[in-house]
Amino acid sequence: MTVEVVLPGFLADLAGGSKHVEIDVGEDGTLAAVLDQLAEGRPLLDRRIRDETGRLRRFVNVYVDGDDVRFEQGVATPVKDGAVVQVLPSVAGG
Amino acid sequence: MTDLLAIGTRKGLWLARSDDDRRSWKVDGPHLLAQEVAAVSVDTRREQPRVLAGIMYGHWGPSVMRSDDLGASWQETDHGAIRFPEDAGAALERVWQLRPDTADRADVVWAGCEPHSLWRSTDGGASFELVRGLWDHPHRPTWQPGGGGGAVHTVLPDPASDRVTIAMSTGGVYVSEDGGQKWEPRNRGIGAEFMPETTPEYGQCVHKVAVDASGPDRLYAQNHGGVYRSDDAGGSWTSIAGGLPADFGFPIVSSPRTPGTAWVIPLVADMQRVPPDGRLRVHRTRDAGETWTELGGGVLPDGSWTSVLRDAFCADEGDPTGIYFGTRDGCVYASADEGESFSLVVDHLPDVLTIRVARLP
Repeated sequence: MTVEVVLPGFLADLAGGSKHVEIDVGEDGTLAAVLDQLAEGRPLLDRRIRDETGRLRRFVNVYVDGDDVRFEQGVATPVKDGAVVQVLPSVAGG
Repeated sequence: MTDLLAIGTRKGLWLARSDDDRRSWKVDGPHLLAQEVAAVSVDTRREQPRVLAGIMYGHWGPSVMRSDDLGASWQETDHGAIRFPEDAGAALERVWQLRPDTADRADVVWAGCEPHSLWRSTDGGASFELVRGLWDHPHRPTWQPGGGGGAVHTVLPDPASDRVTIAMSTGGVYVSEDGGQKWEPRNRGIGAEFMPETTPEYGQCVHKVAVDASGPDRLYAQNHGGVYRSDDAGGSWTSIAGGLPADFGFPIVSSPRTPGTAWVIPLVADMQRVPPDGRLRVHRTRDAGETWTELGGGVLPDGSWTSVLRDAFCADEGDPTGIYFGTRDGCVYASADEGESFSLVVDHLPDVLTIRVARLP
C-alpha cells in the first residue's frame, strides 16, 4: 500500500528537497512501518523525527489523516492505503 | 598565530579570533543558529583544526556537528555520531562535554552525555562508542539528575597513564585507572546536603573538576555547595572554600602551567544562584586554595544578577595564562593576564553554555 508523508519545510532538505514523500509500505500498515520505510536512505531525516529507540521525539507531532498519533496508538497507529502522514514541529522551541 | 574562542550558547555558536596575542577579539557568528550548543571543542591535533559541537535542535533532538574549516561548513554523521546501542534501551538526550585526548592519542575524543554516559571516539569525533564499563556500573541506576539533567559533564583523561577522571551531576567523581573498563567513586570528603547521609560514598552533585598543573593527583572541585581540593587523585577531598564569599558555583578552572593556581566564580547559594551582592567577580588562588583573591573590579559588573555555568569558563595555554568566561546574560569576558585585568569580548549573546579556547598555528 502507498501513503503520503508530508514534511515541514525544515526537514524537506533531508528528503531530497521535497515536502511530499510517497512511501510504499507493504502489508504492515502501522506508522512505525511508514517511518521505517521513510528512513531508508534518509537516516538524518529519521533521527530528526525519532530517537534511536524508535520513539517519536517529544516536540515532534505526527498526524495520520489529521489525527494526532499521541492520542491514538503512537507509532503503532494503523495507517491505511492512501493515508496522509503529516509531521509537524510542536509549539515548543525558540 | 591566532587564538580562537568558541562560544556555545542556547541559540548557536560564535567564534572569536584574536591575532594580536589576545588583546582584541573579532567575533564571527552565529553559526548553527537556533541550535543549543552545550558542548564545544577545538581539536588542534589535526592538520586542519576541527571544531566539534554538541548541539540540540529545539524539536529535532541532539547531535554532534563537526567543522574542519572553522565553521564555514558543518558535517554530521548520518546515523548519529553518538547513538546508544539497541540493548542499552536508552536514547541520547544531550551532549554535555567533548574532550579531545592528548596529542599522542591521535583522533581519540571523549564525550560526556545525558543520560549519564561516557563515550570514546577513535576517529576524531565522527563516531563514538559507549564506554560500557561505566554504563554497566551497578551504581548507575541510582545516579539522579541534577537541575539540568543527569549527565557526565566533565571528562579528564590523564596524558601520562590510562586514568580517566569524570564528574557527574549527580553521582560525583568517578575514576578509571584502566582507560574506562572499571570505575570507582572518589568522593570522600565532598558534601551532599541534599542527601540524608551528607558525606556519602557517591551521589554528590559535583559541578566541575579541574586538574592542577603540578600533576594528575591534585584536583580541584566546585561542588553543589563546597569547593574542594584532592591531593591523591580524588581519594580524599579537603575544603578550600575558606576565604571565598560563597562556596556555591558551577565552574572551576586551573592553570595549565602554574601549579597551585585556579579560579572560581562564586554564587550565593543553591537557592540563590546569583553573584554575592550582585557583584560578578572571579576569585583566584595561587596556593592551591589556601587563600583567594577577588579579581575583576572595574570591568566585571556590579548590579549583575546573572550566573556562569559549569562549562562556560576556560583557560588557555598561553604565557601568562588567559582565562575566559561567558554569562547567562550573554556576555563574554577575557583576561590575558590570569585575571589581573579583564575586557569584554562580546555581549548580548544568548545564554553562554560552554566556552573553549585554542591557539591555532
